[in-house]
Amino acid sequence: MSNQKVTLDANEAAAYVAHKVSEVIAIYPITPASPMGEWSDQWSMAGKKNIWGTVPEVVELQSEGGAAGTMHGALQTGALTTTFTASQGLLLMMPNLYKIAGELTPAVVHVASRTVATHALSIFGDHSDTMAMRMTGMAILSSNSVQEAMDMALISHAATLETRIPFLHFFDGFRTSHEVQKIDQIPVEVMEQLINDDKIIEHRNRALTPDNPLLRGTAQNPDVFFQARETGNKYYNAAPGLVQKTMDQFGKLTGRSYKLFEYHGPEDAEKVVILMGSGAETAHEAVDKMNENGEKVGLIKVRLFRPFSMRHLIESLPDTIKGIAVLDRTKEPGSAGEPLYNDIVSTLQENRVEGWKSLPADLKVINGRYGLSSKEFTPPMVKRIFDELDEEKPKNHFTIGINDDVTHTSLDYSTDGWDSDEEVFEGLFYGLGADGTVSANKNSIKIIGNNTDHYAQGYFVYDSKKSGATTVSHLRFGPNPIRSAYLIDKANFIACHQFQFLNQLDMLKKARKGSTFLLNAPFEKEEVWDNLPKKVQEQIIEKELKLYSIDAYKVARENGMGTRINTVMQTCFFAISDILPRDEAIQLIKDGIKKAYGAKGEKILQSNYKAVDNSIENLFEIPVPKKVTSEQEMRPPVPEEAPEFVQRVIAEIISGNGDDLPVSAFEADGTFPTGTTKWEKRNIAQEIPVLDPDICIQCGKCAMVCPHAVIRMKAFDGELLEASPESFKYMDARGREWPDNTKVSIQVSPEDCTGCELCVEVCPAKDRKQVGHKALNMEPIDPLLEQEKENWNFFVNLPEYDRSKLKVETVKGSQFLEPLFEFSGACAGCGETPYIKLVTQLFGDRMVIANATGCSSIYGGNLPATPYTKNSQGLGPAWSNSLFEDNAEFGLGFRLTIDKQAEQAREMLQNMNGHVDKKLVGEILNADQTTEPGIYEQRERVATLKEALGKTDDSKAKMLTSIADYLVRKSVWIFGGDGWAYDIGYGGLDHVLASGKDVNILVMDTEVYSNTGGQCSKATPLGAVAKFAAAGKRTGKKDLGLMSVAGGHAYVARVAMGASDMQSIKAVLEAESYPGPSIIIAYSHCIAHGYDMKFGLNQQKLAVDSGYWPLFRFDPRKEEEGKNPFQLDSKPPKINLEEYAYNEMRYLMLAKSQPKVAKQLMTQAQSEVKEQWRVYEEMEKVYDPVKKNGESENGSGN
Amino acid sequence: MNLETKYLGLTLKNPLVPSASPLTSELDTAKKLEDAGASALVMYSLFEEQISSENEALDHFMTTSGESYAEALSYFPEPDEYHNLHAEDYLEQIQNLKKTVDIPVIASLNGVSKGGWMAYASKMEEAGADAIELNIYYIAADPTLTSEKVEQMYIDDLKAVKEAVSIPVSVKLSPYFSAFANMATRLESAGADGLVMFNRFYQPDIDLEAMDVNPNLNLSSTFEKRLPLRWIAMLRPHIKGSLAATTGIHTAHDVVKMILAGADVTMMASALLYGGPDALKFMLSEMKVWMEEKEYQSLEEMKGAMSSASVADPSAFERANYIKILQGFRLEDLK
Repeated sequence: MSNQKVTLDANEAAAYVAHKVSEVIAIYPITPASPMGEWSDQWSMAGKKNIWGTVPEVVELQSEGGAAGTMHGALQTGALTTTFTASQGLLLMMPNLYKIAGELTPAVVHVASRTVATHALSIFGDHSDTMAMRMTGMAILSSNSVQEAMDMALISHAATLETRIPFLHFFDGFRTSHEVQKIDQIPVEVMEQLINDDKIIEHRNRALTPDNPLLRGTAQNPDVFFQARETGNKYYNAAPGLVQKTMDQFGKLTGRSYKLFEYHGPEDAEKVVILMGSGAETAHEAVDKMNENGEKVGLIKVRLFRPFSMRHLIESLPDTIKGIAVLDRTKEPGSAGEPLYNDIVSTLQENRVEGWKSLPADLKVINGRYGLSSKEFTPPMVKRIFDELDEEKPKNHFTIGINDDVTHTSLDYSTDGWDSDEEVFEGLFYGLGADGTVSANKNSIKIIGNNTDHYAQGYFVYDSKKSGATTVSHLRFGPNPIRSAYLIDKANFIACHQFQFLNQLDMLKKARKGSTFLLNAPFEKEEVWDNLPKKVQEQIIEKELKLYSIDAYKVARENGMGTRINTVMQTCFFAISDILPRDEAIQLIKDGIKKAYGAKGEKILQSNYKAVDNSIENLFEIPVPKKVTSEQEMRPPVPEEAPEFVQRVIAEIISGNGDDLPVSAFEADGTFPTGTTKWEKRNIAQEIPVLDPDICIQCGKCAMVCPHAVIRMKAFDGELLEASPESFKYMDARGREWPDNTKVSIQVSPEDCTGCELCVEVCPAKDRKQVGHKALNMEPIDPLLEQEKENWNFFVNLPEYDRSKLKVETVKGSQFLEPLFEFSGACAGCGETPYIKLVTQLFGDRMVIANATGCSSIYGGNLPATPYTKNSQGLGPAWSNSLFEDNAEFGLGFRLTIDKQAEQAREMLQNMNGHVDKKLVGEILNADQTTEPGIYEQRERVATLKEALGKTDDSKAKMLTSIADYLVRKSVWIFGGDGWAYDIGYGGLDHVLASGKDVNILVMDTEVYSNTGGQCSKATPLGAVAKFAAAGKRTGKKDLGLMSVAGGHAYVARVAMGASDMQSIKAVLEAESYPGPSIIIAYSHCIAHGYDMKFGLNQQKLAVDSGYWPLFRFDPRKEEEGKNPFQLDSKPPKINLEEYAYNEMRYLMLAKSQPKVAKQLMTQAQSEVKEQWRVYEEMEKVYDPVKKNGESENGSGN
Repeated sequence: MNLETKYLGLTLKNPLVPSASPLTSELDTAKKLEDAGASALVMYSLFEEQISSENEALDHFMTTSGESYAEALSYFPEPDEYHNLHAEDYLEQIQNLKKTVDIPVIASLNGVSKGGWMAYASKMEEAGADAIELNIYYIAADPTLTSEKVEQMYIDDLKAVKEAVSIPVSVKLSPYFSAFANMATRLESAGADGLVMFNRFYQPDIDLEAMDVNPNLNLSSTFEKRLPLRWIAMLRPHIKGSLAATTGIHTAHDVVKMILAGADVTMMASALLYGGPDALKFMLSEMKVWMEEKEYQSLEEMKGAMSSASVADPSAFERANYIKILQGFRLEDLK
């Protein structure tokens, strides 16, 4: 059978098979499994058929629980059904997996295994999710590599039909799911032969149908449940044999043979490691090398983990075995051992009884944990584990890859003597997310994979920040299959695509002697050397590196490619790496360009071709002098004045040395200090806004929209200016409300700015003599950096203006408040963060935040640094993220505690006879805390109370002290995106809105699952393209606003800061003051909409002007006051929907790909907008008390 | 009464031709225009830049945000293919129009660069266009660019299209040349089968509220016809090929004036956008009334009857100054 080579990652490999052999596919996004669903949706939308000639039905659900339920239903009615997930998603599927397995239903769940959130969330890979499923009754089959992900996917689909046991097929998240490899593609004929049609018919014959009615899912009692539960045993007993039979048949068809427990090593090996997943590939590599060096070691790759066949395992062990190390990529706290270890120990014990094989009585068996959350697992670690087995009493329950200096579980290891294979090319490429480095490297892998006999591997380390993100590409090419499932540590090619990285990252420490260093430098070739930092020069000389340089941005710009330097750098790589003959490589790059861009038009194609040719002309080898000429030191990761914890822990993470931090560096419960982003100076802006104080009108709009709290406004007494730096800008405060000599400054933090330009776009103040010049204008940062750093330091140290004297209900007044959310890793120009920042300005000193998983939890809480911060009194938001699906409930829990503790404190306060002054008690109990001064005074009173309580030894006093702070009003906020509020968390949100409790919900509506790459949610509008809605969404956006209004007792607002910042502030203030549940639905422009984010506010305005996003506020309090609670805050539509929608790629791309459908959907969307407006106007009338009363009078009069 | 006229070698039943506008994007409307009396159709313009810039934007937004953050390696599903990359819609519309109407269909190609868009000319011919109107618009804002170079660019563009097709090609252009009369004859020598005078650009306006500049296109008014009127009258004696008058043709009288000045056809868009296809019916009957009154039997008799070669005082077309018009005052007469 023809073996076509393809270059892809495991997600695509598994999805390829799943789509070919399924009828129904239920999907829901979750990292790192989302691409499997995306591929399936895209293929079905493109009409790609399965092996039976029909296009699989792909359906997105509201949660993984929903996907599992749908899968269960589709299976029960006889469809071949699959789904994809990971981590928490798999946990949400768990109840259904018990059912599906209990009913012996053939099905496959493909899992890109990911860490289950515990003390922290992690998107990276380990087996904690899969291992949590081992009691469900699912068969569990492991893939260790990209090739296996395709092969085992098919074996799962075939074997589930043979065995009737549903399969969980898993591979390591990111390490395998996102690793690109050149592999053999399984031909369709193999699928047709391996999948047994008779078994499909049997499956269908078991389906629920009124044509043959039967019943499943009974409730059973103590008399029969147990026996009935045992009926499935025979299927589980038979399964391992049937899976092996399927593997054998697969081997015959493809030449790739697999075993349930696959031993690799010499027959007479004395030591064996047993493990599963990508680590087995690394162990394979290590074992080969160790055996070459004369050792006798082997490994067992566990493929079928459930049903666990003890017999097969024992048979796979070499007769000479003396020691076994079982490695688990998971942690089961408090267990006797990790899951695989426990199974192995049980097996060995049963072998003693059953006598399947004679094994030494003193056989050593130890267990270790490795690789949690994609922690590196390398050959030296494998060697170290084997060495441990030589110890008389080897350490058990060890860890490897970390330094456990607390409970001393870890094994130390050395990397000395582990040089990579000489025949393997290993290249490291450092780039920025936006410069196209990763796509160029993916393309290079395809070129090399498809045009040489070489094997190819690519793995990409991405950033957890969404702006100014760094990427590192790890590329390996070689004549033999590549099993190195770990990062490159010693490279023979290093490319630095961003010159500024040289000051921040020590990339050359990974350079092998004599290797090649390619640098994108914005200098003439003669100037390159002298501009390198000292350390870099030293390393180049010491390691005898060959240095090449190109001004890639210049070449890209001159060829009309803007800042995309991918083609330029890729060409340089091929020109100097000798992997392919230069001319051939260039032709292949051009062919690749044609393939990638051919569909996008001739002009793009030509620009890229020209860039290729010009790259060679502009690439120079830089002669390396013998001595260092530079004095320039690398930049420290954090300033010297940063606090101890930041220096000791956070700085190490920032520098890329987080792997070296020991266990003792961390709190045992996942707690982290807030307010640490201010120490991570990222310096990512090329240009920053510069104020012209002569034009500024102090409106505060710039500070309000700044997504990163980088531009701020402060009012202060002029006397404080004495110590100001010379270039510090300030103005006389405008307006009568200020005391004499009050000055106002608007200052930018140059090192934290992302250069998004939202502030400049929103600035309404134009120079009357030169209208293009505004009060804020972007200017190159280089000449301004030092001066503005000094100005910023002066500015932040000026005292904050007295909050109680500000008109916080105005845009201007609110912006003199200190933001307690700053410098997050959100996208440049983010549309969500301005709302969060505003809330922290208004209530930050008294708020606690429950944050749904998503963008806002990532920029809110992803290490290294935390953006929520404290004011000068040490008060600020307390923040936590529970899960994706439970956030409203999580926040409700906060409220319940706060209310309960406040109530208890009040009760106790009344019983503190003699210890507390009665007047103070009365004042505290009767305090008005509805205003800023009211809260301030209450805080003072509570301080006095605590002081008084501190003077007694009374146990009641101690108890009261512990909750006395709850006597000061607290503000509970529940933050999340539309994926949470409209879909996965809607049930909880609905319940919390109905609870009557005083919580404030902020829904930052980007109309897609932004954090996982823009999948469709129920907030996605009609006609927009999103992932999982590749052909345009066919139903309208759910109106969460009106649904919430319908409940009748929640405060509801729909806002869009770009359309009315004033209305946004009003809504936030009203929501917070409302004594029951409040929900604010905030239009949040997003990178996933596909347009220039600097125009985000303008686009918000168009959304409102078109009537697509009507602004309104619904305040039930008004009804009691005899006023209309429903207030429509925007005007009737004045532009067509098209004028708004077609600014955005999400709409436009449908018009470009399916114009007829797009036209029809746009017509429908326009009419829905009109209808929506009509309904909103009606709503206003419905709630109008005058009209309501009038009608009722008429009614009663008749 | 014979209203027939020849334009670009095509025989047209009358001189009323809807000019390039969105009206021809709907087949129904095109049919109504024919029924109302249109003698040919100039299609809406194909803007090559529009196609390429949309694709560039699409590529930009699909790629720049991706491959950066681990959870979102892209933000959009990549479509398998893009529609209308090579103006398939436009070419299809030519074919559909040809099926729908019996009158000639003139395709309109809009652009300025000597880029790939010239290739569209031959595709238009293949799709069945009866002629091509090459609409060249260029604002020569670059102070280092000489008038010679600008003029040469027009000539080169025209030659490239002429080489690509065998159907007639007219050039629609602006009057903003230092020596327009010379330019017109150069274009004819370079192969233009006709000149269409004149195209209208987007013009900037200032929004006094927002203090912004907004370029847009207003519908024309009848007063604007005087510019083409002048140039048609002056050029008629020098140009053998066809002349089409466009801009400001709103009434039958406007049509008549243009024909008298020497136009072979008159083209209109604003009048039809205002009045709908039936405006043509009205103009035709009004025109006939005028011709009857003035005892013209055919359009050919009228053509150029008042061109600069035919009127008593040709300088009337050349006068450019208030005083001259009022007083007929000539300095040299005093000497």
